[in-house]
Amino acid sequence: MLVKTIFCGFGGQGVLMMGISLANSAMNKGYHVTYLPAYGAEMRGGTANCTVAVSDEEIASPIASEPGCLVVMNSPSLLTFQNKVSEGGTIFINSSIVDIRPNRDDVKTICVPCTDMAQELGNNRVANIIMMGAFIKELKVVSPEIYLKSLEAIMGSRKKALAEINRKAFAAGFDYIKD
Amino acid sequence: MSGNNVIGEAAIRAGCRFYAGYPITPQNELTEYMAEHMRTVEGGVFLQSESEIAAINMIAGASATGVRVMTSSSSPGISLKQEGISSMAACELPGIIVNIMRGGPGLGNIRPSQGDYFQATRGGGHGDYRTIVIAPATGQELADLTMDAFDLADKYRMPVMILADGMMGQMMEPVIFKKPNPRQYPEKFMLRGAGTGKSKFIHGLILDPIDSEAHNWKLARKYQVIAENETLFEEHRVDDAELVIVAYGTSARIAKGAIKRLRSHGMKIGLFRPITLWPFPELKLRALSAKIKNFLVFEMSTGQMLEDVRLALQGYANIEFHGRPGGAVPTPSELANVVARVYNKKDL
Repeated sequence: MLVKTIFCGFGGQGVLMMGISLANSAMNKGYHVTYLPAYGAEMRGGTANCTVAVSDEEIASPIASEPGCLVVMNSPSLLTFQNKVSEGGTIFINSSIVDIRPNRDDVKTICVPCTDMAQELGNNRVANIIMMGAFIKELKVVSPEIYLKSLEAIMGSRKKALAEINRKAFAAGFDYIKD
Repeated sequence: MSGNNVIGEAAIRAGCRFYAGYPITPQNELTEYMAEHMRTVEGGVFLQSESEIAAINMIAGASATGVRVMTSSSSPGISLKQEGISSMAACELPGIIVNIMRGGPGLGNIRPSQGDYFQATRGGGHGDYRTIVIAPATGQELADLTMDAFDLADKYRMPVMILADGMMGQMMEPVIFKKPNPRQYPEKFMLRGAGTGKSKFIHGLILDPIDSEAHNWKLARKYQVIAENETLFEEHRVDDAELVIVAYGTSARIAKGAIKRLRSHGMKIGLFRPITLWPFPELKLRALSAKIKNFLVFEMSTGQMLEDVRLALQGYANIEFHGRPGGAVPTPSELANVVARVYNKKDL
């Protein structure tokens, strides 16, 4: 098993946090994992992306030439990365603000209006965690319990207040994907 | 943990108690980690110096007092440190220098690159000296080899360089820290005030040419012992290989990805990965050429390690090269295409 995912969107949308939380929960499950951020002169509102590889054996390259999954939080990211996704792969789209759709019919597209859903929950900033709920439900890389536990560990004690809203956000995304 | 943080934690666990550094991307997280964690250990000193040159001279001074020391920077900053590294080699002072390479020459850019191979393996500064150069390829190796680097620096009383790149520094991987070896460094090399005892001297200025020549030969003999005993390398799927990629660090990771792909298409490709770049595992590579006649050197540079591979293999095997300099990082599929072309051209 080897799942490579590129998470991408605006800086400030919590794109790197999506990757870090997946990487940590996969590590806690006992998988091999690499997390590679696109670093540089980045800024809020600019572009951000990271690549996470999860495998049950040693990971050769942390770079994804053909990721199996793509999670796009804004439109430019879809245009940049859609052609890299491997045949039969999955593209998750934040359909609240991405109004275009992939130009390919050999991939599965899952639309989650996560920014709208976050607003309903009263906190714009949890759109990323809603998306992670949908991601985990669809791909089943780790159990929801492991994911939430890992997320809380990363957030640390400083952000305990956010733990509750994150739980709700994750559940909303998780339930959004029907079995 | 990110690679930068792994190096910092491994250093502290290995007993590093003096770190001086100056910010530069993409190694900043290491300096940040030391700033936060050095103060949590007894005797730990963190200093953000006023420049890279100050940092290397600070660790040289601290090393003379017998403390385990480290500094870190990225390509342009490492250039600035060269005088100090040469001085540490002359004075036989142990210390760790971490270079998280970025694109060059000049200020270049902040993307991962491997363009500092010559500078690292040929000494970099002036004079007849060498530094041991270690090139980890995984987070786990960053942890293990950073600890080993401190032992090597003490054993041979010389600067040791950890050579990684922006990708290694920024990437996060799970690691397990091993138990460090107890330090063995004779007190006679530590300057801690003579008191009523005999004075000790550590110096690199030797004006008498006869004495200076003797000192140079003494260092050379030490380097010879290291060259014979301290090479590290990894062989990956070379047993039945008809073409072997030679790559180190991040390039080797990309090569492994490419090999997996090519093997699934029936192409017999292997990897030879030098872990110590100096001493270069020349004899081990040449031994491979007894049955493998085609090698492809892959680096994120215009071809630097290529020269060491030629020294090892010229006349023994065919050598091809693929390079991406200046901060360009190829994907495994790009490399796989290049390798497949060479493999098919040779009609192996």
